Amino acid sequence: MSILCNKNTRLIVQGITGSAGGYHARQMREYGTNLVGGVTPGRGGPQTKVDGLDGVPVFDTCREAVAQTGCNATVIYVPPPGAADAIMEAAAAGIDLIICITEGVPTNDMIRVKTFLAAYHPKKVLVGPNCPGVITPGECKIGIMPGYIHKPGSVGVVSRSGTLTYEAVDQLTKLGLGQSTAVGIGGDPVKGLDFIDVLTHFAEDPGTTAIMMIGEIGGSSEEEAAAFVRDHVRKPVAAFIGGATAPPGKRMGHAGAIISGGKGTAAEKVAALEAAGIKVARTPAEMGTTLASLL
Amino acid sequence: MKLHEHQGKQLLVRYGVPVPIGVPAFSIAEADAAIDEVLTKSGGSVVVVKAQIHAGGRGKGGGVKVAKDATIARAAARKIFGMQLITLQTGPEGKKVGRLLIEQGLDIAREIYVALTLDRATGRIVVMASAEGGMDIEEVAASHPEKILRQPIHPATGWLPYQARDLAKQLDLDGDAAKGFVPFMAALVRAYVELDCSLLEVNPLVITKAGTLVALDAKITLDDNALFRHKDLEELRDPTEEDPAEVEARKYDLSYIALDGKIGCMVNGAGLAMATMDIIKHYGGEPANFLDVGGGATTEKVTAAFKIITSDPQVRGIFVNIFGGIMKCDTIANGVLVAVREVGLEVPLVVRLEGTNVELGRKILAESGLNVVPASDMADGARKIVELSR
Repeated sequence: MSILCNKNTRLIVQGITGSAGGYHARQMREYGTNLVGGVTPGRGGPQTKVDGLDGVPVFDTCREAVAQTGCNATVIYVPPPGAADAIMEAAAAGIDLIICITEGVPTNDMIRVKTFLAAYHPKKVLVGPNCPGVITPGECKIGIMPGYIHKPGSVGVVSRSGTLTYEAVDQLTKLGLGQSTAVGIGGDPVKGLDFIDVLTHFAEDPGTTAIMMIGEIGGSSEEEAAAFVRDHVRKPVAAFIGGATAPPGKRMGHAGAIISGGKGTAAEKVAALEAAGIKVARTPAEMGTTLASLL
Repeated sequence: MKLHEHQGKQLLVRYGVPVPIGVPAFSIAEADAAIDEVLTKSGGSVVVVKAQIHAGGRGKGGGVKVAKDATIARAAARKIFGMQLITLQTGPEGKKVGRLLIEQGLDIAREIYVALTLDRATGRIVVMASAEGGMDIEEVAASHPEKILRQPIHPATGWLPYQARDLAKQLDLDGDAAKGFVPFMAALVRAYVELDCSLLEVNPLVITKAGTLVALDAKITLDDNALFRHKDLEELRDPTEEDPAEVEARKYDLSYIALDGKIGCMVNGAGLAMATMDIIKHYGGEPANFLDVGGGATTEKVTAAFKIITSDPQVRGIFVNIFGGIMKCDTIANGVLVAVREVGLEVPLVVRLEGTNVELGRKILAESGLNVVPASDMADGARKIVELSR
């Protein structure tokens, strides 16, 4: 079992004719993901061929892609100026799972996206932006993570970071601990799924028996996740918080400090997690062994 | 990207936010001329000389002087211009003052605090206000959080006039000040949204004895991700406020922050880069920098990154920690080779590679003839570089 995606997922790639979109479309198909099409406005039709993706049709719009392929998931490699629009187009076309890889989407654009989704498409699931994607090992890889480090199994992984997620997964795999699904929620301040949403899925998934959570300094979603785990999750949870030694930024103004209300340092996050019964790895090299110690 | 006070105020004026009459000055001579100009335009005798640096707390640090006449103002300008201004937000080394803002003095009846920023918890812009404006707002927030008023901006409706009336009432504004607060806030919110700010702070917002509202300070930080649609704002960047290595890094789209330690780091991904600093410290070392080469790095970018690290005279060793996803390990290996051939390698280099094309990357380094110490994992690499750089 798994969460969010599996072997029945039918994926399209928005921005498939771009270099990143094309490259990762090939990587995902090679991994075994059921890639059924792509979208690039103005490039739709049989005359558009993407290198190494024979038989993958390209459409002008998400609406056409849904009608022609029955896709139920999309991954977005559209550059920042068009990324928010691409997310909203996908939701409006009825695609259930929307994963936005794009880094550098303006915050105000994401505020608009969140409002649009909440008002008109509350059941659609957005992951990202600025995230590595979602992978259910052995079944479906959606995103930019190196597939081969993963192994099918029962540890759910959720992380705000990209490469630190790979690090955690690699450690787990080398210890023989496979993953049910690994979700990179991304590091942007306004984003789709947050820790609590993913933890809810993992808590309900019978295929997930333990959870590895990787956070970092800033914001308060790790603290909220800790409270959620304490109250709702009956599976072992291990965590790591990156940035314990990061210097406090050279600040300007006071609003950032006031709005966070003293939350957000690594020490506070670790304390909140430990108070909720979560075992926190002391160094990033011990993420895998910390999770293993709970089994 | 942070803006100076004088730049922020010039932008706010475009949106109809009232600010004092003021003129920026980039030299003593310009300051003298600005003092005369401000006195003429304002018709008053008091001017304020304000250091322009990217940090708060300037008043307490001695960077702001209220001068009763032109002679005192000119003396203040000579004292502040070029000084190394140390405030709570600059760090102990302080910042050199290279520009001043000369402003008219106002008859101040009251000072309040207003700011807009993103509330990450709700994913919305929030307006914060407090009757306790001025220099100690963070202490107020810590000791009396109930004195910080909040009004979220609903993305669908935008800021609404009732929200300003509501705040005005709670701030105990009355008469002209209460009336003026509604258009003042509307203008401020419009500026925040249209300029794609991530912070807009007016501290203090003053109510003059005549009952008018004036933004006496303006701290603006722009959302770097949105600068692509504000090309005109890019020229407001002040490179003298930034570390030269950080400016160089940005040319190559690298994320670099200089630190005080001896171990240079090159890592891909911000999370892994922070974690790498953590583990270096865990084994008793001190990182010399944070450097995220990003996802789509080319050989050229990696070479630039390596040069930036080696140009720091403090660096006694370099740790390259790469977990390739988009980034391919052979790209990293080739970039390191090119850089070392160009600039040489005087300090120990430990390289940990994992991920896409890892075998190829390791092979390139092993066959290069360079004195590269391979690491099997993150902990191994951190231990080795801490040992070798002692």
